[in-house]
Amino acid sequence: MEADVFHHIAPFVGFAYPNETEVPWSELIVIYPYITGLVAGAFVVSSLHHVFGMERFAPISKFALLASLCFMFFAPTPLLFHLGQPTRALNAVLTPHWTSAMAAFGYVAGFYIVLLLLETWFSFRADIVAMSKSRTGIMQKVYQVLTLGSDDVSPRALHTDHTIARRLAMIGIPGACGLHGYVGFLFGSLKTREWWSSDLMPVIFLLSAVGSGVGLLIVIYVIASWWRKTPTNNGAMEGLLYLLWTGIVVVVVIEALEMVQMLYKAREGIEGVFALIQGPITNSMIIQWGGSFLALVITSIMMLYNTKGKRLVFWLFISGLLMMVGVLAMRWNVVIGGQELSKTMRGLMTYHPEVFGRESLFTVATLFTAPFVVLYLAQKLLPTVWEADPEEHEDKVFDIHKAI
Amino acid sequence: MTTQDTKVEKEAGDLSRRDFLGLLGKGAACAGALVGAGSALASAGGGAVSALGGVGPSFQQDDAQYAEAVKNPPKIPNYNWTQHKWAFGVDADRCIGCLRCVEACKMENSVQMDRNHTRTWVERYVYLEGSDHAHVDSIHDIKNVVPGSKETRFKFDNRYKDEKVTKEFFVAKLCNQCEKPSCVQVCPTGATYKAVDGPVLIDTKYCIGCQYCVQACPYGARSLNEARGTAEKCNWCYHRITKGMQPACVEVCPTGTRIFGDRTDPESPVSQFIRNNKVSVLKPDMGNMPNVFYKGIDKEVL
Ligand code: SF4
Ligand code: SF4
Repeated sequence: MEADVFHHIAPFVGFAYPNETEVPWSELIVIYPYITGLVAGAFVVSSLHHVFGMERFAPISKFALLASLCFMFFAPTPLLFHLGQPTRALNAVLTPHWTSAMAAFGYVAGFYIVLLLLETWFSFRADIVAMSKSRTGIMQKVYQVLTLGSDDVSPRALHTDHTIARRLAMIGIPGACGLHGYVGFLFGSLKTREWWSSDLMPVIFLLSAVGSGVGLLIVIYVIASWWRKTPTNNGAMEGLLYLLWTGIVVVVVIEALEMVQMLYKAREGIEGVFALIQGPITNSMIIQWGGSFLALVITSIMMLYNTKGKRLVFWLFISGLLMMVGVLAMRWNVVIGGQELSKTMRGLMTYHPEVFGRESLFTVATLFTAPFVVLYLAQKLLPTVWEADPEEHEDKVFDIHKAI
Repeated sequence: MTTQDTKVEKEAGDLSRRDFLGLLGKGAACAGALVGAGSALASAGGGAVSALGGVGPSFQQDDAQYAEAVKNPPKIPNYNWTQHKWAFGVDADRCIGCLRCVEACKMENSVQMDRNHTRTWVERYVYLEGSDHAHVDSIHDIKNVVPGSKETRFKFDNRYKDEKVTKEFFVAKLCNQCEKPSCVQVCPTGATYKAVDGPVLIDTKYCIGCQYCVQACPYGARSLNEARGTAEKCNWCYHRITKGMQPACVEVCPTGTRIFGDRTDPESPVSQFIRNNKVSVLKPDMGNMPNVFYKGIDKEVL
């Protein structure tokens, strides 16, 4: 047999079509909707301040925007690693075949990257100008280039920046929802697979995306504060708690509804669905539902008792992490689980990911680490000072260093 | 004659014709196979003969030949695709499960030589006494691979010999060249398209290997050809039918299970087959409107 990077022959039970035993979409296609989801979620948080003027999110709004941008850079990369002919990737953009949901991907992603870049530039322009004045040597040159020759920081100019950034964010919200609802459509529109072809799929993808994005923001905000030895802002943390709680509630309910509907309708092949849940994806189902429920319980208790300070930071961090892990497991269950259930509905494959190779867990880990590294670098370039004022709300501010 | 043809003829000398026929049909339908072998031979350069001995290569066509074939596709004179409408029939009542068709297709079309990739396959349905459900298996079951053949040859094993079988039949499967192909609908580049004369084709020079089409086909007819990084599926041997020949599987089938022809000609075998029998298609609820018509299949056929 040809030794190559693509072989994903999965052992099977029951009857599956011969060609199905090679699972077409690997863990790279698990991480792809996961990353786009994080982008969409982080963007929504950043917009809460930019668009709706919710002041409690002011301290993290620019940080969220930057995080969204850094993750978006890497959203298309899993697809490139997955293609059989990566050098031809642009074919789909040059001659898009419009009946295909996938044909729009290049445009949707391109549009969104441009939008994020523009919004970032307008949001950070004043900082860039300031740094082009204060820095020296090569960095000064870099910042001068980044100003794109526009170094007017008069109140009027700043106001214009703000207005434009806000308008971009206003386009960005439907954009983010579209981007991620679209990813759900890629799966939900395939009539072939009972596990995928659901009208709720785009909605589930979108809502879980926002949930996981909020989770991500909580996690990186807490870690970054700890790293920088600055306290987290209590108002922002509370806001994130409300968001996360709402996100989890909605996601859990909708997903449960979908599951119940599928089981209740009990169309032909429902035994296959049961077997799938009790078989190849049992563990990831436990992680998905266990993670969501735990996060739901923790955040509910915090909401009930109005938890503040040290406890809030710690448990919110845990809940955010649980949400991220839960949604990742959910992506696995959808993408891999859907392919593990044969199109005959009478057979099950068991997919075993490779550890090294082009399509492997290693690639996934690398591609998923990259946005964090880029975010770290981007923070060096465009520092987002937590915009809170510690003196003013001394009582509300918690110093993470004392907690960890 | 194209450069490819000349080159290939030279190389075909390496392969003994008798060996090749043995591989195809164990003498079954020899005359037909001989004609069919012509173009299979043409692509069977570089050591493919060893497939017989069990040490076959992954492909019957080597990379250079493939590149040449793509660069210099054979010209087909006098073929007008608006004048034909191809269709396929499967008379399941006749199939004996010999799997000559599967092997012939793999030789003819340079399909990967393993049990997990195939353009056509045959499913065996067996009802045991007292059961209302069929046991189904096919060539991807390791027990149906001829031992030592490195997954190049297949034979249904005799696993039910000690059981009481109440009903048993075979069903040949292949791409249905659907009227409304979901694979074409989802292809982002347009690399896969519906030809005017019926078959759904893949432009392997343009396909990006995203495998969305593999997901979208309800019948499991598609796979990824890893070595080429592009999608792979049956095209009813388009290179043969446009020259007036039969697809390789039809050619070698010793029982006449597989029927092929032009629906614009009312006297073609397939037109007669459809007219004279009560035929059905697979998974009609998918709305794909298949162009492979079945006779004699059962509720259990998936
Ligand atoms: S059977 Fe599958 S691959 Fe063939 S035309 Fe129909 S959808 Fe496409
Ligand atoms: S693998 Fe090729 S033929 Fe299939 S959908 Fe992708 S580009 Fe189209």
